Amino acid sequence: MRTKGFNYTFYLLIVPVLLWLVLLIVLPHLDLLISSFQIENDDGLKVFSLDNYVAFFTQKIYWLTFVKTAVYAIGVTILAFIITFPIAFYLTKVVSKEKAGFLILLLLIPLWVGELVTVYGWMVLLGDHGIINHFLMNIGIIKEPITMLYTNFSMVIGLLYMSMLFMVVPIMSTLESLDDSLIEAASDLGASKWTIFRTIIIPYSKSGIVSGAIIVFMLVIGDYLAPNILGGKSSLWFTEQIYNEFLSTFNWNEGAAFGFLLLLLSSSIIWLALKLSGQKLGKVGA
Amino acid sequence: MGNILEVKNVSKYFGDDSAVKNVDFSVEEGSFFSILGSSGCGKTTLLRMIAGFLEESEGDILIHGDSMKGVPPEKRPVNIVFQTLALFPMMNVQENVAFGLKRQKLSKAEISSRVTKMLKRVSLVGFEKKKVTELSGGQRQRVAIARSLVMKPSILLLDEPLGALDRKLREHMKVELKLLQKEIGTTFIYITHDQSEALVMSDKIAVMHDGKFEQIDTPRNLYKNPKTAFVAGFVGDSNRFELQSQEGDSLEENSLLTKGGWEIKKPNTGSVDELFIRPEALILYPKEDREEIEQFQVIIKTILFDGSNTKLSTVVVGTAVGTNEELEELLISLPQNAEFENLEEGDQIPVGIHRDDLKCF
Repeated sequence: MRTKGFNYTFYLLIVPVLLWLVLLIVLPHLDLLISSFQIENDDGLKVFSLDNYVAFFTQKIYWLTFVKTAVYAIGVTILAFIITFPIAFYLTKVVSKEKAGFLILLLLIPLWVGELVTVYGWMVLLGDHGIINHFLMNIGIIKEPITMLYTNFSMVIGLLYMSMLFMVVPIMSTLESLDDSLIEAASDLGASKWTIFRTIIIPYSKSGIVSGAIIVFMLVIGDYLAPNILGGKSSLWFTEQIYNEFLSTFNWNEGAAFGFLLLLLSSSIIWLALKLSGQKLGKVGA
Repeated sequence: MGNILEVKNVSKYFGDDSAVKNVDFSVEEGSFFSILGSSGCGKTTLLRMIAGFLEESEGDILIHGDSMKGVPPEKRPVNIVFQTLALFPMMNVQENVAFGLKRQKLSKAEISSRVTKMLKRVSLVGFEKKKVTELSGGQRQRVAIARSLVMKPSILLLDEPLGALDRKLREHMKVELKLLQKEIGTTFIYITHDQSEALVMSDKIAVMHDGKFEQIDTPRNLYKNPKTAFVAGFVGDSNRFELQSQEGDSLEENSLLTKGGWEIKKPNTGSVDELFIRPEALILYPKEDREEIEQFQVIIKTILFDGSNTKLSTVVVGTAVGTNEELEELLISLPQNAEFENLEEGDQIPVGIHRDDLKCF
């Protein structure tokens, strides 16, 4: 309803949202953006410069890390999809509702414990003297422990483990609305199981897959714990570069530039993914 | 023509419950066969067994004389139109109809020509590129039927496909489906709980109740000569009376006595538990000289006006009014013509019924 007078309720409700957006999101980012274009001169004064960005492109290690982070984040997202889609399908279409509820609760447990604890858990499992190596040596498959910890492998495991659940949930919610008779109709019309999967189930759950993929991708590309602890010194995750700039070399301006580059990278990859899958951000977000 | 489908003593158990009990029937090629029953009678279970989505616990299903044991749905020469239609929402009309043909690895040219032909047949030309979500109920219906028929199935199974439509459209689609079936000559097996759909469209109807077939017959015979009390009550409208046992009564040899105390001549056939009389079988002001017409007087309680379906709610004169908790109501169809215009509540009028129209079970 539109009234001519000042609509107090409306403004009362919009104020917290605006405060949130402006104070906690827009202003800090603006500040970061500005400082990314500044360097300190010899007098300790801040002056405008493109040096922060130039440094990124001239130092091989920076943009190599950048590319690696992007490639691995995409890879982890794809892996997460491959692993979780059957789980989501099983939980929505195969088991009974009550059982599914219990299983989802099980899936949630790592989330309750927190990422740090689960990451340390993986260290216990994957270490040279960890449970897996110990077991494999005991049953005699290997003589020497396999190095799993502090490699890209352990990093990927950690990233997958903390982000997978965020893929399961949106996929499940689209699959739940999938009418079983669509599957039966396709099978009745002569489609094999694989064809049904490819032509009916996947296209139907596309919006869930894309929104799950966006969440997982963002979580992974911005994650710090798993690459740092499980990946070790060699992991070269871009968030570590940012961390180093801010807290090791105290070059906040460079760090701000890196932060913006990461933001640019993840947004453009997501934009590309949406274009390729023919989805709209509004629809996926809903 | 021979039988295209033979269902031989088929039963289906879910745990201890039996959904379909020893059903045995065959369907003639090119006919429109309906299975009529209320929800939960096992008709959908039966249909799903024919389609191959469920396996029969006992018995066998033969199509063209070949046993379908172990043949999966995608390999059976039958197609099904689902209750929910199950159109693929991510595809347009053309892609929906072409879905099955693509699976057969036919050439693009053949697929497109068959799809076009089929869309013409169901009058959906010009809708090829439309999303199925943009179509009206009747159009979606036709897409679903086209999608199945384009496969040239030996049998088309239809699982209450008209259920979701509004009444007007349903009436229209009934006729359209019947004509379509006549035109293409495919055998249709149609499942419904709506007797009017079954009666209008079918060559033969099987009435199903509690997992069993009560009667398989032509629509006219089902209506005229129901073989069981269930069919008499289920197909068409009926007045139903419970009868008193006649042991030790001073009743006339060939008479019936309802619980309410109405005495009427016993028809030639049938046992004596229940009596069914159709509202439209009753004759108002019958001629008095006809031997085969049973005559009696009724009092009009109310007139239930419903256009062409108007009925008189009456009570037979002489039945124990007031002694029974429930009066035995006798509904009589009231033709909406000038002859009976002046009937009013409370009138006592003579009514007759042909002895053959008294159905006892």
